Amino acid sequence: MTRTAPPAPAQSQASGAKFAFKTPGFDVWAFGTLAVALTVVLPIAWVIGLAFSPTGDIWSHLVDTILGRLVQNTVLLMLGVGVGTFVIGTGTAWIVTMCRFPGKRIFEWALLIPMAVPAYVIAYVYTDLLEYSGPVQGLIRDVFGFQGRNDYWFPEIRSLGGAISMMTLVLYPYVYLLARAAFLEQSVCVLEASRTLGKGPWKSFFKVALPLARPSIAVGVSLVMMETLNDFGTVDFFAVPTFTAGIFDVWLNMNSPSGAAQLASLLLMFVIVLIGLERYGRRGQKFHHTSSHVRALPGFQLSPPLAALAFLACVIPVTLGFLVPAWVLGNYAVVFYQDTLAADFWTITTNSLLLSGLAAFIAIVFGVFLAYSLRLGQAPWIRGVTRLAAMGYAVPGAVLAIGIMMYLGWVDNSLDAWARDALGVSTGLIFSGTVIAITFGYVVRFLSLSFGSAEAGLAKITANMDGAARTLGSGPMATLRRVHLPIMRGSIMTAALLVFVDCMKELPMTVILRPFDFETLATFVHQYASDELLPEASLAALSIVAAGIIPVILLSLTIAHARTAKEEHPEPILFEVEEAAP
Amino acid sequence: MTSGLVMERMRHAFGATEVLKDVSLVAEAGKLTCLLGPSGCGKTTLLRLAAGLEKTQQGRVYLQGRLVADGEHGTSLPPEKRGVGLMFQDYALFPHLSVFDNIAFGIDNLTAQRRQWIETSLERMGLDKHRNSYPHVLSGGQQQRVALLRALAPEPQVLLLDEPFSGLDVTRRAQVREDTLNFLKECGVAVLMVTHDPDEAMFMADHIVVMKDGHVVQAGTPVQTYFHPADAFVAELFGPMNHFHGVVENGQLETPFGPFPIPAIPDGSKAQVLVRMEGIRVAMGTQGDIPKDCCSTTGHVEDAYLLGRSSHLHIRVPGKGAEEGQQVLLHVLVSGVLKPEPGAAVTVWADPKQAFVFPAD
Repeated sequence: MTRTAPPAPAQSQASGAKFAFKTPGFDVWAFGTLAVALTVVLPIAWVIGLAFSPTGDIWSHLVDTILGRLVQNTVLLMLGVGVGTFVIGTGTAWIVTMCRFPGKRIFEWALLIPMAVPAYVIAYVYTDLLEYSGPVQGLIRDVFGFQGRNDYWFPEIRSLGGAISMMTLVLYPYVYLLARAAFLEQSVCVLEASRTLGKGPWKSFFKVALPLARPSIAVGVSLVMMETLNDFGTVDFFAVPTFTAGIFDVWLNMNSPSGAAQLASLLLMFVIVLIGLERYGRRGQKFHHTSSHVRALPGFQLSPPLAALAFLACVIPVTLGFLVPAWVLGNYAVVFYQDTLAADFWTITTNSLLLSGLAAFIAIVFGVFLAYSLRLGQAPWIRGVTRLAAMGYAVPGAVLAIGIMMYLGWVDNSLDAWARDALGVSTGLIFSGTVIAITFGYVVRFLSLSFGSAEAGLAKITANMDGAARTLGSGPMATLRRVHLPIMRGSIMTAALLVFVDCMKELPMTVILRPFDFETLATFVHQYASDELLPEASLAALSIVAAGIIPVILLSLTIAHARTAKEEHPEPILFEVEEAAP
Repeated sequence: MTSGLVMERMRHAFGATEVLKDVSLVAEAGKLTCLLGPSGCGKTTLLRLAAGLEKTQQGRVYLQGRLVADGEHGTSLPPEKRGVGLMFQDYALFPHLSVFDNIAFGIDNLTAQRRQWIETSLERMGLDKHRNSYPHVLSGGQQQRVALLRALAPEPQVLLLDEPFSGLDVTRRAQVREDTLNFLKECGVAVLMVTHDPDEAMFMADHIVVMKDGHVVQAGTPVQTYFHPADAFVAELFGPMNHFHGVVENGQLETPFGPFPIPAIPDGSKAQVLVRMEGIRVAMGTQGDIPKDCCSTTGHVEDAYLLGRSSHLHIRVPGKGAEEGQQVLLHVLVSGVLKPEPGAAVTVWADPKQAFVFPAD
């Protein structure tokens, strides 16, 4: 693929030249970048456009009725999960980074495992355990001899507080990972200086370590909040009316797409604030990285009682976030696996695998294309356009789903109208409600992940590599194929795997965009759990968790690798956190 | 039109920084042309423009008489279409390819003949054992040779070398330089080599283009460059000089060695005489065998340093002209071992071939 025509005969005024040539205005890379970016941005733009279209009474109706409650619930949910993940994530990160106690080495990676469990799965499990008819309350009644609901107090799991707890349990690893990386980055000398200046370990933590790690923690918490906004399964199951739940409600039950789009636009405001917070944090990180640092860990030896406390502080999140749900699901799966298999488990699994595989493949192709186009740097606007295209991760699945639904609906209707006019046949719906629609959604949402990986991979290859290949006769495309792709094969495979797993776990977009009667593991589990049939779906839920373990293993390896290789830059770790989660 | 590489009136800026200001040069086929200059003078940019890795902003580039870039029309043939070999300072070997595959990368049609060329060259460069090794296991010198072969393998008409020896340690450099030079001469390509090392340029070049701040200061043979430097900057590339400043009177400038004839600069103008460290000759005692057209003076040794193959002397002589009544310290480099006691009396004179006169401001 070249952007220049072969030499053509000279123009007469080209003095002394035997040949001249022309560079055509058409540039495959610039055009392709624009096309990909437009494709990705259109659904989001569609939502915003729709929000401004006349809606009749819906908007005032929304304001009068549910809007206040939606805003309140959403804010409380975000705050609750934000504070919860901050405390657990930062606290455990500090303990395992700075202290020595039994099990520290294991907790370093084990604290990540709850990431493997999607919030909706953990919500189903704890509801099953903690609801009135569940084993825990049953045990309490048996032991204390209570007769009914009114004899004792027990927290209601299907509540805002329950939703906060569930999401905190599976999202805190984001903060943990980033905070831990930040603590590792800090010069131990700074902390020791603080100690010699008369500050105790606790004071040193609050006065020195925490402020230094603040940018990383801000990034972690903002990513957690984005995931919180994205969640549909938990709030739907717990019947907590948040924005995401409200969007579904207005759209499907009140049958008002424009009302849903308006809610979605409001939700985007929240997202913009979070993106701002994340960017702010990342800027700060860069600043800290430039300072010189010594990578040596003090290993503060804890006395037995303190060590026991530290052990508890680490073991509780892992137990509640992973061991309990995995154990419950595992027990159910052993007993009820035949019910799951009978419900067409293999078809559903195949659906999930193929769909996720297809989306991962396309996301990787687009991501590499954008990153390489950015590297070629043909035009200054390409940087801005690629950044825009990689914004999908911040947009909640429900919002994207609406945008894609509306946009593809418009495309289908336009095509149909044109075909009827021109050809006299009706094409019907070509894209809407097909595998194309849902794949489109996955690609838009997870493009940032593949793009970021490709960009990071390319950044490790010196620009002279390109120059060498080009002067040796390879065009931009051949250079990509012969030099860059083989060199960054590893990071691309990793990125593909991460996108794949994220697609497997994705629920809100899948629910809306899937074809009629088409089930994935996620929708299947959601459907069954909503019908109080969790045991019968446990094998499928366990499969999702098993897939979710893959990125956790990759992250653990990165951490182990970072410990052995001193010069390892924390950037890749930071990056992979970004998306590898529920 | 000349074969090889011709660059005409090249100008180039990165943002507001102008790195090339109207540079023209010719690198003829079969000859080795050196771009010599301090870092940041724009020589690497010029190389990248020749290769097509930077888009030509102003000026024209011809390869083998064919126009490949024209700033006026905004046209620029992409690097892969130019048939130019470029060897990078960091070699830029492909880490995922073996030595053989690295070298064969640029060959479109790997015929038995080209395959044979690679095998023979590998053997000649002492790399045949590493044929299937990957670049990271090679030493710096071996990587350098692989990079050179890779750039030559597609049989380019023009070869560009960016500081090809800077990555090697000093002990190996001389040998590698000589091997490389012999190999290039046999290939018969036009070579344009960037270096900041004047010794390297003197040793290798048929033609030296000296650059400073985006300008060409002088272009000529090594002999011309060394013995007829165009200005003080070029003269001083080859090592620190002894400077004598003054005002021209009667077509002469007073120096500690006596009056220097300055025909080209009018009386009353400021001028400077620069004498190379190795251009000052020393004889022990106050009587020396001085050539008849040389002025001389006497002084005494202040310090003497043995450098091994040569000795560095600090010699104090009475000042003349502008420095009348003061003592002037001369830096002198003499070959062989000479370590006189401090305070020893010596006679010194300047070799006129190693002394240069320039206007001063």
